[in-house]
Amino acid sequence: MPEEFERQCDLVVTALEAVADRLAEEKETLTELDSAIGDADHGANMNRGFQAALEKVSENDAGDPADVVKTIGVALVSTIGGASGPLYGGSIMSASQELEGGITADSSVAFAETYLETVESRGKATVGDKTMVDALTPAVHTYKKSIEVDDLDPLEALAKAVDAAQRGVEFTTPIRAKKGRASYLGWRSVGHQDPGATSTLMILEELLAVAAEELDGEIEREIDAEADVDPAELEAESPGEGDD
Amino acid sequence: MVGIVVVSHSAKAAEGICEIAREMSGEGALEYAGGDPDGGIGTSSDPIREAIETASDGDGVVVLVDLGSAVMNAELAIEMAGVDDVVIADAPVLEGALNAAVAATSPSATVESVRESAEEARDVSKV
Repeated sequence: MPEEFERQCDLVVTALEAVADRLAEEKETLTELDSAIGDADHGANMNRGFQAALEKVSENDAGDPADVVKTIGVALVSTIGGASGPLYGGSIMSASQELEGGITADSSVAFAETYLETVESRGKATVGDKTMVDALTPAVHTYKKSIEVDDLDPLEALAKAVDAAQRGVEFTTPIRAKKGRASYLGWRSVGHQDPGATSTLMILEELLAVAAEELDGEIEREIDAEADVDPAELEAESPGEGDD
Repeated sequence: MVGIVVVSHSAKAAEGICEIAREMSGEGALEYAGGDPDGGIGTSSDPIREAIETASDGDGVVVLVDLGSAVMNAELAIEMAGVDDVVIADAPVLEGALNAAVAATSPSATVESVRESAEEARDVSKV
């Protein structure tokens, strides 16, 4: 198991690097979206947070993937600030405990569900409020259903989850914000895509890209992938022995 | 005695509110936190947690917040702080801080009584 854990830790770090690079590239895009309906700092805050998380993770020699994921969450809480600090960082911290036995198909679903529940309860937001919940909810539900009901492997499930998140992001454009800074704008928030839903999608896309790259050829049956929702984290994992 | 923490998107606003409240309350433990991790306008949970830990002498802490993410960061800070009996008052930040600061000087003050006093500020009409 330790060897498997080591590999999973490396994969989490690889995923984190991909996410951090993507958010650095998209800094301006996110800031532009946020300047339309928020306070124009989402790109800068996310970039600062994920760069800090990379640094923290490289300083730490964590023994298991749950530790690495938790370290990422703690770093994000300290460095993103605003609502995104608790929503991204706090939720990753809470969900990381689902990975204590390693990253498997089952634990990745549990991670995704806990992550979503934490975001909802901390943000007191629900679907249709024009927030990251609009991207996250369909992604998590699709991931869970794909694995538990349709019996797909985690990589396929994650691909479907990303598609679902994409549709969720599109859904945020024509609706009026009911939570967050954008809600102060009332009807003027209509017609603008939500920045938090967008950054959530970007993270999921990177997790999928890393999972596809790293698990290529390895997925056969019950593998583990992970990911879903976790911003920051994750990715995929262990072939084979998996499940716990 | 019950400690008080003022949280605002602006560190200057939070500090100013504490100054006003302190004029009414004298010596009590009144701490503030404000600004995002970059020093800009926003809130961040680490400084709030530190303020709670500093304000606490074991009798509990009442936290006053301004808008939006101040609530979320205060909630997370409370979860992470090693302090019992910390509550957020659902009150306007300036008037609530003033009421709380005065209430905390009562010899029989508790976290609940201080929070109630802060929340009474919701009903104060100004004109």
